[in-house]
Amino acid sequence: MTTTLQTDAEGFLTDASQWNEQTAAEIAAENGIPRLTDRHWLVVNFMRERYLSTGTAPSIRSLGKESGVPVKELYELFPKARPSSPPRSAAFPSLAAASRRRT
Amino acid sequence: MTELRERPTVAATDPATIEKVAIVVSKGSLEGVYPALIMANGARMEGIDADLFFTFFGMDAIRKGRSGRMKVATVGNPGMHMPTLLGALPGFSSIATRMMQRQMEKLDIPPIPEFVELLADSGAGLHACRATVDMFGLTMDDFVPQVSDIISVGEFYELAAGGQIIFT
Repeated sequence: MTTTLQTDAEGFLTDASQWNEQTAAEIAAENGIPRLTDRHWLVVNFMRERYLSTGTAPSIRSLGKESGVPVKELYELFPKARPSSPPRSAAFPSLAAASRRRT
Repeated sequence: MTELRERPTVAATDPATIEKVAIVVSKGSLEGVYPALIMANGARMEGIDADLFFTFFGMDAIRKGRSGRMKVATVGNPGMHMPTLLGALPGFSSIATRMMQRQMEKLDIPPIPEFVELLADSGAGLHACRATVDMFGLTMDDFVPQVSDIISVGEFYELAAGGQIIFT
């Protein structure tokens, strides 16, 4: 079965119900994270739960405090955009982008 | 099999992206420091490199014993929308500071010492201005441990090369 994901111009899902673990893994792979580890999933699931219960993604502060993954590690798990890598879509996801994508 | 939507190709006219920012923090009031910290944090969250250069009274934000005691300027600040003489009353600045801190906490924006730690953990560089350090007779011991070094203006420009400089 082929589903086409509904995304906005930046590539974020516009329909949260289209999200599933396979989708998340594929989006991550497409953005330079070939394998989502348990630590990645801890963050992803925390963000998703937060988004679904509050309607917004958590701040980096509450992510660091409450997700179980400290801020330093967050940035290692979701590395920053690769400098000077046009086109933009090929760049690694920033943490914000990674988080918004998954919500 | 899920198929990702095809991305629009980036047009040649697509605006350039910012890869790096260097933010000068020169003000020693709470409302003078927060914008710089918030902009640095926003940059890191978008994958943009960020360096902060603390100079003059902005240096209080990274000084041991001072970073947690920064206050809102209630005198000479037209943005407060109240008579300057009222702002000069004893304790008024503390009250205004507490009010602003409460608002910040509601928005999940950390107090300055925690914010400085958060930025360091986010990979932002924290630098103290050499000239200011010499003027106030300070050493690395006067700074919170997250400060990476004391650098000259020339070194700051080297560090900022190729990026955007923001003065606050």
